[in-house]
Amino acid sequence: MRPSLLGGAWLIARKDLAIEFRTRTAFLAVLVFAVLGVAIFYFAWDVTAVPAMDLAPGVLWVIFTFSGLLSLQRSFGVEQTDRALDGLLLSPIDREAIFLGKALANFVFVAGIQAVTIPAVALLYNLPLGRTLPVLFAIALLAAVGLVAVGTLFSAMAANTRLAELLLPMLSLPFFVPVVYGAAQSTSLLVAGRPTAEAWPFLKMLIAFDLVFLTACTLAFPFTLEE
Amino acid sequence: MTSASVANDTPATHQDLATARPLFDWLFVVAVLAIAGAFVRAIFFTPIEALQGAAQKIYYVHVSAAISAYLALSVVALMSIVYLWLRDERADRLAESGGEVALMFLTVVLTSGPLWGKPIWGTWWTWDARLTLTLFLWFLTAGYLVLRGAIEDVAMRARYSAVLGIPAALLIPFIHLSVYFFNTLHPMPIVLKPAKPSLPNEMLVTFLLFVGAALLLCVALMRARYRYGVERDALRAIEGGER
Repeated sequence: MRPSLLGGAWLIARKDLAIEFRTRTAFLAVLVFAVLGVAIFYFAWDVTAVPAMDLAPGVLWVIFTFSGLLSLQRSFGVEQTDRALDGLLLSPIDREAIFLGKALANFVFVAGIQAVTIPAVALLYNLPLGRTLPVLFAIALLAAVGLVAVGTLFSAMAANTRLAELLLPMLSLPFFVPVVYGAAQSTSLLVAGRPTAEAWPFLKMLIAFDLVFLTACTLAFPFTLEE
Repeated sequence: MTSASVANDTPATHQDLATARPLFDWLFVVAVLAIAGAFVRAIFFTPIEALQGAAQKIYYVHVSAAISAYLALSVVALMSIVYLWLRDERADRLAESGGEVALMFLTVVLTSGPLWGKPIWGTWWTWDARLTLTLFLWFLTAGYLVLRGAIEDVAMRARYSAVLGIPAALLIPFIHLSVYFFNTLHPMPIVLKPAKPSLPNEMLVTFLLFVGAALLLCVALMRARYRYGVERDALRAIEGGER
């Protein structure tokens, strides 16, 4: 029986998450990288001259971008071993469902990193989050969708090339600019205690980015898999 | 063709390749002469702008390079779509040529801009909408060429680079939107605007000459690069390499 688009996507995502849950190596490594990055950034500025509160949004989003890249790298990297990708392609699942499943697994991975890093930044940079925390998590999830949509497509492409580790950041980072911009600007408005309504234009841009790139990358993905 | 017959044919076919190439790329020579002529006119026979002084003359190089870069990038975008549709390797080769020529013209835009910006704006660089957009077009074009260089398989290279064009085209409005929140320092269009061009006649002629010469150079370079691609692929076919 051929599973539906979302059913197939769920199967792929469950497979990837099961692999991750049983090995746990990548998640812990990326998590340590993220917190380590947050700590190192603190020493890159003179905190007596620039308040930690002004630095935090930028630090948060630069760290998310780089730890996101690390997790995306694995997404299709794991399918290279024993040419596991051929098995995926032979299975009665739509190509679009493979993409959505991979993207969903990456999304859960990145959201997991965010769930630990946001409180870590709040703690280490003394951010008075409190009531803004739910909105901040909403921004983080919106940004994660955009990062993951573009990153999953490029991860599939980069995995097949000679420069996989270098190519993924080189292709993805220009695409992360609108995401990082929207997320960091709205985060700094919230952290500064401005009303949520002021962040709305940036959130609208994030939502538009998510919709456009999730659709475009899902449609473009099957072209990368032809044999 | 079997590999044995390829081996037998090799010396003769190498010869064919060597003689097939025209000794004189007339279009390229004409384009270089046109560029030289446009420079002579811009430097010696065009009046100096009253407020900006000699620095204004960078305008001719800067804007015509930008127009040529857009032409080359349009070739990349159009040929990527054509490739995904028809799977014709000529479309892929044209896209490759367009990418390299676009990177060259974008580099000219990004270096001539700051040279003008320093005396006129008082700064080499500002994160203004158009500057940022051009910088990211440069990054995307460079990424496109690196991607091409990193894939051995010809069909896969063609598909992947064509696929990269789709999100890249969609990214441009978003980068524009991101920087739209800031005010722009960049001069508004002087020639291509709804009202009449506000450039004095002499300057307008120089400008149009420069644009014509730059577009000619753009086409000549893409043509030369395309021919090189044909020869390179033919050589690989003879050597029984990646194809």
